[in-house]
Order: sequence, then C-alpha cells, then structure tokens
Amino acid sequence: MPGEVRVVDRPESESSYIRAISKGLGITFKHFMHADKPTQQYPDEKWELGPRWRGTHRMAVHEDGRAKCVGCGLCPTVCPVNCIKLIPAEDENGERYAAVYEIDEFRCIFCGFCQEVCPVEAIHLGVHYENAEYSRERWVYDLARLCENDHPVTALWDPADPSSE
Amino acid sequence: MEAVTGTAFVVATILKTIVFFIILLLGVALSTYMERKVAGFMQDRSGPNRVGPLGLLQVMADGLKFILKEEVTPGTAHKKFFILAPALALFPATVLFGVIPLGSPLPTPWGRVDMIVADVPVGFLYVLAIASLAVYGVVMAGWSSNSKYSFLGGLRGSAQMISYEIGLAMSLVPVLMLAGNVEMPVLVSMQQSFAAGPATYGMWFILPLMLSGFFFIVSGLAETNRVPFDLPEAEAEIVGGYHTEYSSMKFGMFFLGEYFHLITTGALISVFFLGGWDIPFWQGDNIRVLADGTVIGDPTWWKTLLTLVAFTMKTTFFVVFFMFIRWTIPRFRYDQLMDLGWKVFIPALMAYIMLTAIAIFALDAAGVPVGLRFSAALFGLNFVLMLIFLFALDRGRLVMGATARTRAVPGVTAATASEGD
Repeated sequence: MPGEVRVVDRPESESSYIRAISKGLGITFKHFMHADKPTQQYPDEKWELGPRWRGTHRMAVHEDGRAKCVGCGLCPTVCPVNCIKLIPAEDENGERYAAVYEIDEFRCIFCGFCQEVCPVEAIHLGVHYENAEYSRERWVYDLARLCENDHPVTALWDPADPSSE
Repeated sequence: MEAVTGTAFVVATILKTIVFFIILLLGVALSTYMERKVAGFMQDRSGPNRVGPLGLLQVMADGLKFILKEEVTPGTAHKKFFILAPALALFPATVLFGVIPLGSPLPTPWGRVDMIVADVPVGFLYVLAIASLAVYGVVMAGWSSNSKYSFLGGLRGSAQMISYEIGLAMSLVPVLMLAGNVEMPVLVSMQQSFAAGPATYGMWFILPLMLSGFFFIVSGLAETNRVPFDLPEAEAEIVGGYHTEYSSMKFGMFFLGEYFHLITTGALISVFFLGGWDIPFWQGDNIRVLADGTVIGDPTWWKTLLTLVAFTMKTTFFVVFFMFIRWTIPRFRYDQLMDLGWKVFIPALMAYIMLTAIAIFALDAAGVPVGLRFSAALFGLNFVLMLIFLFALDRGRLVMGATARTRAVPGVTAATASEGD
C-alpha cells in the first residue's frame, strides 16, 4: 500500500547536492593528507603481546634437557577439547616420565587449564602466535618440539595481584 | 622552421606513435597503482607497499595474475562478440590519444616535429566520433555474455553513455564558437597569447567558459563509467554488470580500458579547458604554427620537454581528481542519473549555448577586440551563470531526492504518508 511509505522531510541543507559533495570531498582530502596511519607493517613490525597472552605451548625442561613432565595425566584429564595425548612410562630408577606427549594445536582452545593443573609446572602456554605450517601433521607438537620452544611462558595471573585471577 | 616531410615524416610519425603509446601504457599502469594508493590514503590505509619499492611492482604482479588466471567462456555465450567486446572497450581511448597535442613543436635537424601523432583537420569532431564507439564494447559484452546481469549492465551502459555523449558534445559548442576552429593545436594556441598573428584569447578556456568546462568534466566522468556513474557495473545490484562473465585477461582489458579512458578524458579536459601544454604565467612557451606554415615563437627542445611535463601534470591532476570523486561519492540512483543527463544538462547546455552566442555577438557588436578584455567579459558572465546554476542544482530542485518522487504519487501526500508510521 503506497500510503505506508514513510516520507522524511529533510531540510534543504541536508538534501543538497553541491554542499554535500564538497563536504565529502573535504573529508576525504583531509584523510588523504593525514600522514599518520594506524596500519602496522606486520612481518616487519610485530605486535607487543601482553604477559597474559595465551599461545603456543612450551614444555619446561631440567638442566640436563629432560622434560619436567612426570606423566601424572592431569593435563589430558582437564583438557576440555581433548587435545593432549599422553602415554606415561617409568624408567629403571622408578621415575615416571612421558613416553609420548603430543599437543594438537589445531584442537587446542588455549584455555590454560593444563598449565594451571600441572603439579610440577612442566607444561605452559607461551606468549607466541606465529605457528603457520605447510601441513596439518606439523600442527601436532611432539615432546621434542614442545621442549625446543623458547618463547616466554604465559603469566596466568598477575604475580603482584594473585587474587585477581 | 619547416615541418618534417618525406622519409623523415614517416620515421618521426612511427617514433611518435611508439613513444606516445608507451607513455600512455606507463600512465595506465601507474594510474592503477595510484588509484590503490589514493584510495588507501583516503581511507587511512597505506595501499600496496609489499611488492617492490613502495609497492610499485604491484602493477606487474597484477598483470601477471590476469594472464595466469583461468579463462572461462560461458558455454551459451556468443563467442565471436564475446572475444571482440574487450578489444572494442580498449580501442577508442587508445586511438583518441593520437590526436592530443602533448607538447610544443620539437625542432630537429630534419625540420619541425609537432608533438601530436595525427594532426587531423577535423580535430575534436574525430574525438566525439571515436568516443561514441566506446559504448559498443559495453553493449557487446553485455549482450554476448548471455547472462541477465551482463545484459542489464549493457543496457544501462548504452543508455547512460548515449545520454552523456550529448552533454559531452554540446559542452564543446561554446569552445567551437570561441576558438572558431576544431583543430586541437589551434585550440591550444587560442588559449595562449601572442605578439603576432591572429588575435587569441590569452586565457585558459576554463575561465571564459567555466560552465562549459563543468559540464564537460561531469559528462567526461560519466563517459568513463566510473563511480558515481558506474551504473553499468553496479556490483551491488547487478554483480559486475557487463563484465560479469569475463575472466582472466579479457576482464583485464575492461579494467585497463577504464584507465585508458580516465587518462584520455583527463588529457582532453586539459586540451579543451586548461590550455593543453601551455605553461601558465610564462609567455616563452607560447609557440604556434599558423595555417600558412609560419611559426610564431621560438621552439627549442627543452621547451618541448617542459610543456610535456606541464601537460602530464594537468592530466594527472584530473586523474587524481576523478579518483577522489570515485572514493568519495556514492553511485547515483538510475533515475537520478537520467534526470541529471536529460532534464538538467541538456536544457542547461542549450540555454548556455544561446547565452554564450548572444554574449559573443554583443561583444563583437560593441567593438571589443578578441583578447584578454574579451575573455574577461565572458569570464564575468560565466561566473554569474555558474553561481546561478550551482545554486539551482544545490537546492535539490533539479535532481529530485526520494522525498519529491514519493510525493508525486497521486493520492499520497506527505501528510497521509506520515500517518503510516
């Protein structure tokens, strides 16, 4: 029904052509001359990540290079997306270690529960995000790769203010 | 100095053709790059800057991409015309560039070489004739694709380009009345001032024929099919318009054709209204060749170079100006476009041609000699006319907004309409 067309009665200053066009050109010209652009030249300039950034995992190691993991099985249990695969084993001294420890970074939601639950502070999330790969298999990080990662670990809470977690 | 003749003429013409075509191609390549940079800067971005220094090799990367992409010809398309259309879209703008004088005559040991590929005696009539051919590329592409979107785009394109061609041609009538000649080099020299020879106007035609220049710039913009006159493409409504079905380098040719048109339009505006290759406020570059072959002025090679630079700067100014318009103003509605063409430009131009003719006749009758005073008087008249025209256009009376259109529906008034809220 044509009677329901809503007619907005605009003042001439709003519906004029020349003024609107010159104003628009003025605005674009102002931006054109504006040298300060927010663009970050990414591969050349990188982000400054916060200390609580949760990214690629890393495994803490002992001084002799062994992983700190004792294979207790808490992290695969707490993991909400089931992305950690752990097969524990025991050596001749009776010390438990992780025979297989793999994290699928595709499945991981970077919640940080594994780091929080770890009794020996072995597995950590890291302040790191550049993990592009050429194949899907490369996204499953084995223990050796986790130990090799050397980016800073995530601070899950501010050490100066622990109650604010 | 005599013009080159015989073998030297043939060699000079071939060299000029090659050099000017390379200049045009480089200009096109640079303007695609410049468009992205300008658009980027206007939107607070940096534009292309990863490929090569300052992103300049982006142009090469694009060309390579166009050639390497898969070429799809729709099964139901009319093959012959489908292949012919992109070539036709590219052809007119390229051929037009041949009649544009790019600089002052160059003296060589073999004679004088005019900086124009083909100094055709029919001058801008040739320009108008060839510019009309541009519509065939659009129509042919739209029809031969056998796609609804392409067809709609082709129809829109033909309607739009034919409408604005009239404005384009009519806005040159005052130039013709003033210059009394259609040859492009004569048009340039008429805008300069000379100590000897027939009298000239000594002023760029944009001043004594301001309104004419305004109409020519807007109609020229409409002829290039760029925003805000990109109804034939209108990617929001009809996908890509006439080039929806094109891919690979065939699409690339439409894409490049747009930039060829852009540069040619900028160059034509410069010749008709900004004194061509004339350098402002300097009389040393004022060189002209009279019909009997006498050269007035002193041609040297560095003057040719300087005037070439001046011409390039004028053309670049318009190219950048059109880019600014493209990234500022949204597309017209189709009825607004047609209203502007047929209900505003054509009647206004008719009235303007009448007024200019009367003014020139009156000035002649009053005994004002052709020269600075003559053009100053015309400038005064044009300034007033321009103000009146802009005032009328600005009040929204000539191109109606949606409000006025709704009110025109019988039985629906603003009052009954607002009851529906």
